[in-house]
This record gives sequence, structure tokens and C-alpha cells, in this order.
Amino acid sequence: IPSVSSIVPESCLLIVVGLLVGGLIKGVGEKPPILKSEIFFLFLLPPIILDAGYFLPLRQFTENLGTILIFAVVGTLWNAFFLGGLMYAVCQIGGTGLNHIGLLANLLFGSIISAVDPVAVLAVFEEIHINELLHILVFGESLLNDAVTVVLYHLFEEFANFEQVTIIDIILGFLSFFVVSLGGVFVGVIYGVIAAFTSRFTSHIRVIEPLFVFLYSYMAYLSAELFHLSGIMALIASGVVMRPYVEANISHKSHTTIKYFLKMWSSVSETLIFIFLGVSTVAGHHYWNWTFVISTLLFCLIARVLGVLGLTWFINKFRIVKLTPKDQFIIAYGGLRGAIAFSLCYLLDYEHFNMRDMFLTAIITVIFFTVFVQGMTIRPLVDLLAVKKKQESKRSINEEIHTQFLDHLLTGIEDICGHYGHHHWKDKLNRFNKKYVKKCLIAGERSKEPQLIAFYHKMEMKQAIEMVESGGIAKIPSAVSTVSMQNIQPKILPVERALPALSKDKEEEIRKILRNNLQKTRQRLRSYNRHTLVADPYEEAWNQMLLRRQKVRQMEQKMNNYLTVPAHKVDSPTMSRARIGSDPLAYEPKADSENLPIITIDPASPQSPESVDLANEELKGSGHVSSSPEEEEEEGLVMRPKEPSSPGTDDVFTPGASDSPSNQRMLRCLSDPGPRPEPEEGEPFIPKGQ
Amino acid sequence: TGKAQSSGRCLGLLRALLSSPVTSDQIEHLHRRFKQLSNDKPTLRKEHFDSVPDLEFNPIRCKIVQAFFDRRNLRQEEDGLADEINFEDFLTIMSYFRPIEPDMDEEQLQRFRTNKLKFLFHMYDSDHDGIITLEEYRKVVEELLSGNPHLEKGAARSIADGAMLEAASICVGQMEPNQVYEGITFDDFLKIWRGIDIETKMHVRFLNMEPIAHCC
Repeated sequence: IPSVSSIVPESCLLIVVGLLVGGLIKGVGEKPPILKSEIFFLFLLPPIILDAGYFLPLRQFTENLGTILIFAVVGTLWNAFFLGGLMYAVCQIGGTGLNHIGLLANLLFGSIISAVDPVAVLAVFEEIHINELLHILVFGESLLNDAVTVVLYHLFEEFANFEQVTIIDIILGFLSFFVVSLGGVFVGVIYGVIAAFTSRFTSHIRVIEPLFVFLYSYMAYLSAELFHLSGIMALIASGVVMRPYVEANISHKSHTTIKYFLKMWSSVSETLIFIFLGVSTVAGHHYWNWTFVISTLLFCLIARVLGVLGLTWFINKFRIVKLTPKDQFIIAYGGLRGAIAFSLCYLLDYEHFNMRDMFLTAIITVIFFTVFVQGMTIRPLVDLLAVKKKQESKRSINEEIHTQFLDHLLTGIEDICGHYGHHHWKDKLNRFNKKYVKKCLIAGERSKEPQLIAFYHKMEMKQAIEMVESGGIAKIPSAVSTVSMQNIQPKILPVERALPALSKDKEEEIRKILRNNLQKTRQRLRSYNRHTLVADPYEEAWNQMLLRRQKVRQMEQKMNNYLTVPAHKVDSPTMSRARIGSDPLAYEPKADSENLPIITIDPASPQSPESVDLANEELKGSGHVSSSPEEEEEEGLVMRPKEPSSPGTDDVFTPGASDSPSNQRMLRCLSDPGPRPEPEEGEPFIPKGQ
Repeated sequence: TGKAQSSGRCLGLLRALLSSPVTSDQIEHLHRRFKQLSNDKPTLRKEHFDSVPDLEFNPIRCKIVQAFFDRRNLRQEEDGLADEINFEDFLTIMSYFRPIEPDMDEEQLQRFRTNKLKFLFHMYDSDHDGIITLEEYRKVVEELLSGNPHLEKGAARSIADGAMLEAASICVGQMEPNQVYEGITFDDFLKIWRGIDIETKMHVRFLNMEPIAHCC
């Protein structure tokens, strides 16, 4: 028996809950609350839009921007006028008692109800996991049509009070569309830039970083709404603009906070909106007129279908990836109406629009129909039509490399052909961004970090955190491929047993030391004073430690299994000479150190340079930044080939007495230091150069 | 005139190569561009590509220019790099960037995709041995990151190593410790690209509609 939630989308259930609650309140004799428009527009809507805008998949959005804009602007206009006009015609038919509704009122009604609602679309589409193209098309349309709705709404509302509407008014109305939409975007961009700039200086007060994101976005929304510009577009623009810079500046914890807060707020808002819709249905004054309501419903559907068909025919002339009839059906079917229409209608003034109740009834009917009927049936239809679903693919480093390579290749080809296309301008924008904008808005070193590196670090961090969460060394996931660095390094020289055979208890000792020192990952629970909350350098060190643990674990694994050192490919004569030489071949992490014993492995004889690289290659294997042999930093776990004091020495487990004191610093996150030689300096951990 | 003759010949050649109608407008435009680049000479050499203005910002310009002269891309029998290419070769390279036609069937689409991927593969595989080795991959990543002079030295290496590891685990899966993964063969390359629709991504629009802009 399928569960209720797999058949009925959440939005429907919430509306039903609202209906029940409303009915209950009414039954008790109280007046149920109605969804007031101010509450809706000021408090309930912004979190949802911000959540959508901040996490907007920008690449797909910009690739399909033309299509989305055409659907949003032309589609909504078509819907509004088609519906308004037809409803006017219906009203003129005698005998329905609707003669008093003028053309403008009908057009206003049409403009209110024609806009696809982002809240409803999100609520339904999130559950059906449709492929990204369709998702972004319908969702993008629902976001961008706000400008059209705002313009039409205010326009018709004002015109309804005029005696006469002249051509000039219409032209001005047309122009105001550009002002509203572009103005909204402009406001959003300004606030986004300010937010990004602010986040550049927050490295000492990490705690309130999320606040800036929310604050500036909300201010963008309010500022835009104040001037009757499109608040939704302002919100989205600010989220999109600020995101890359803010994410480069803020700490990982702030990023998580932002993510979870946005998701929480938008979930709460969505729930409240739907419940309120239900309650308002019960509470509101209704005026049911069969003709009006039924014809509204019918014409809404017809307008949507015709609009999508016509526009797709036009758009497909310009698209590379054409929209198939299946896609068109889903786009048409996904045009859900929601609470925005309801609230806009509620805002209408009773004096000028005394048919407001009838409008409200009709709108609620359409909303219910779209949310219930279309919302419930879209999932089986998607399965029936075998529409492509979302592919759950993890972004791999290969994909990233290939995508960037392809971008550069296509830009190059466009330059060679002299065609200033899509890629050319995107590349120019990227270069401008890198050269000027990033320097202003991103703090410190990260401003110069190329995207590939940033992506790689992000992935590494994710892996490191996953490893910590999975309990550390103890578990090795069985699904992990056993491919490791030695598999991809081609063997040139014959494999020799270069390492001396370690006696059993030496092995045990190694293992014990490693395990003891690397298991201390549980952070001591401490009471957080907001002034002593872990700041970024420690986080950096934490990350470094995690990565290092990963490598040591790998190394340990290898030492357990293959004491035979595989030969590696000699890079160049100078490099191999450097290895044989006395320079310590330090594996050096970027920042700070850990209090671990230095394990130096000594090759059996200096004449086999290839053996030395066991350390190097394994440790580099997980992709950490390594440095040249010449650098002097020595910290943490260092694998170092030592010139043997006498040939055949095989006991080299001397803790690094020759090492610099920096090795003896303790990482703040480790609670117990574990067995180690006495620190040479008793200082607490000092972060290295902030 | 020679231009009309070669135009006609190219049309026929392209039709045969691409088995789809290409308008003579597009060929005209490309021919004009070719003459611009080659200073009205009949063949292009590598040096001529230096005159393309924005190409110098491109981190992989060497590979791109080399791809034009790669005999494997020019469908010639020999191997290695040609010294100069004529207009027909130029068109041959351009044909790799055609967008898909709406009326292609499954087999054509597959061949289309394989051709494009082969072009990409040849760009990665600089020593023409049919395998992308770790060294070649490292070079690719280094070139991609070459626009950032103040990078840590090992960063490109680590990324390439990580990517190769990933490729190996996708293509071969579980490996014994003493097995060696030589490098990415073309089949492995196809496997890696399986999820990505290259036929929709790797195209230049001018081959589809009227040329909009002429670069000076």
C-alpha cells in the first residue's frame, strides 16, 4: 500500500490541514485568521525566494536564460491578456449578472492569476526529481515573471481609477516594465556587492557572518519593494551576486549555518503559507459564481497550453537542445498557481473593486485545482511519460577539468573564427571578474585561487570530513576502489626490496604510535564563549590535520601490505639527484603542525633513489599540496629519508630530535596529545602567520 | 575564379565528410576568415595564429593551435604534425564543432559524439601514442592553471594525480596493488564522458546560423 506522502504532495496535505484548522476555529465560534498580505509579502515570501536565489544553479540558469525570459515575460503577458480578454467577453454575455465588471478589472484579474507561482512550483517539483533542464525552466520562469506581474498589477490597478486610458499611458506602462525589472536587478546587485565587500572583513567575527547574508538580502528586497520595483528579482540578484564572493570569504561553519538557516526558514514559510491558504479559504468571504469560476479555470488551462506550445515553437528555432513535446507538456502542466496570486488579490481595494470576493473565490478555486489535481497527478504522469529524471551524479574532478578545458577550447575556436559568441563574452566576463572584482571582494589569498583549485579543495575537505564522521581509521569502506597512487605510476625499474624488513615488533610499534596519535579527533566539549569560538586558523589546521590523517592512514595501509617499495618514475635528473642528496625531502602541509613523532624511514642503501619516494608518492597520493625539497618548513608528520649512519642500519625510529621546535606544537583540536617525546617548548599551539 | 572553384570543391568535400547540407554562406564566411588569418596566402602556418587577438589570454592556446595541425584530426594517413594547412583542412577541423542536426538518427548521433570525443582525446594525448598518461594529464592541468603564476608548485600535480586515480577507479574499478594502470585509453575516455552530452556542449554557433559578427 503506497503511503499517503507518495501520492499526495506535501502542499496538498498542508492545505487540507489548513482547512481542518480553519473549520475547527470556525466551529468553535472564533473568527479564523486570514493570510494578511503584509505578513505574506514581508515575512513569508522572502525566505523562500532567498533560498531559491542563493542556491540557484547558475550554470544551467544562464545557459537557458533566453528561454526562461521568453516564457516568463511573453508567456505571462500572453496569459494575462488572453485570460483577461476572454473573461471580459464572458462577462458581457447576458444573463450571468457579470456585466458590471469592466475590461480593466478583468485584465487586472488576468494579470493576478496568470503568474506561475514559485512557492507552489518548488513544493511540487522538489518531490518529483525531474531532470535539471525542465526544473530550471519552470522554476526560473516562476521567479522571473514577478516583474511582469508587479508591473501589470500596478498598471491595471491605477488605470482602473482613470477615466480614460491613453496611448501614452500604455507606452509608459510598457517602459515601466523595464524600469521595474532592471531596477530590481540593479538594487539586488548593489546590495550583493556590499554584502560581498562586508564579508571580506569578517575574519575576526565569524559568528555574525551569516547575519550579513540574510540582512543585506532582506534589505535589497525591502528597498526594491519600497519603490515598487520587483522585490523578487532584487532578492535573487543579490543572492546570485554575493554568493561566490561570500563563500570564498566566510568560514565553513558560517556556510553551513547559512545553508541550514535558509532551508529552515524557507520550509517554515512554505508550510505556513499553505496552511494559511487553507484557513483563509474557510474564513474568507466567498462569492461563488459558477460561470465566472468555471470559465476562469478553463481559460487558465487553455491559455497556459497554447502559450507554451506557441512559445516553444518559436524558441526551438534558436535552441540547440530542442524542447520535445514531452518537455512542453511538463512545462505546461507545471504552471501552478499559488499564494502570491491569492495575496495580490487580497490587497485589492474594496471600494474600487467590489467584486473582490468573486475574484478571490475564483483564484482559490484555480489554486486548489492546480495544486491538488496537477500536483498530485504530475508524478504518475512523469513516470508514465518516462520523462528524464535528475541524475544523481557527484561532481568529479575529472568532469571539472574537462568542463574547463572545453570552455577554453570553445572560446579559442570562437576567437579563431572571429565569432564573438557566447563563450567569448563569458570568458571576457570571467577575466574581468578575476582581474578586478575578485581582488576587491575576496579577502587575502583566496582572491587569487583559480576555480579548479578551489573546487579541488572543497572536494578534499568534504572527503576529509566524511572520513572523520565515519569514525576515523577503524573503518575502511568496502566500496572504495583499491586503486591507489602506485597503480597509476608506471613501473620502469624492476621492483626491488629496498626497505629493510622491519621486525614484527617494530611494525607493531609503528602501528601503535600512529593509531594512538591519530585517534585523538574527538573535540573536547567546551563551553563556547562567543569571543573564543574557533576561528579560521584553527579550522585551517583542523582541515590540514584531517588531510594528513588520511594520508598517514593510507601510508599505514601500504606499509602493512606492501613493504616492497614499488619503483616510481624518475622525474628528472635534477629531482632524483635532489632526493639522493642530503636535503630532507619533507612532505609539508600548508600550515600548522601536530604533535606527532617524526618517523623517518631510511633506505637500506643510498644507491637506490627510487625507494625513497615511497613516502612522497603515497603522501601526495591524496592530492595534498606538496612543496619542493628546498623549502625549510618542517612540521607534522614528516617522512624523511636519512643518510644511514652506517650501512645496514634498520632502526630509524628516532623521534625527530633534529627537527625544529615547530614540530612540537600541539593542535588545539586534539584533546590528548598521546605518547610523544617531551615538547621542547611548552607553548600552546600558535597558528602560523595569519 | 579560384575562390569559387575552391568553394565548390569544399562544399562537395564537406558534404561528403559531414553528410549533411552546409550552406555556402558559412563556407564563404570561413574562407574570408581564413584569408584574414593567413594574410591572403593559400596555407596557414602556426605563426599565423598569433595574430588572433584574444587567443593570448587562453591558457590552452598551444594545444588549440596544435590541434589544427594534428594529422590525426586532419584524417590524414601519416602521424605527427603538419607544417601548414590549407582551407580544406581548416574546414575539416571546424567540422568537429558542428551542432547536432535535429534529424539525426541514433547511429549518426553516436558517430558524431565519437568524432568530437576523438578530437578532444587527441588534444590531451600529445605524444600520439593513443593513451593519456599521467604525465600528459599533469601537463594539461598545469596548462589550465597556467594563468595563475603564483600557484604552489605541487597543486597541479596533485589535482592531476587525483583525477587519474578517479579515472582509474571508474574505468578499471578494483585493482591489485601491483597492477599498473597505464593511462586513459580512448575507450576509458568514452566511459568518463558517458554522463556528459558532449554533442550538445561542443559546438560553435556560427555553423548554425548567419554569421553575426566579423572580427577585424
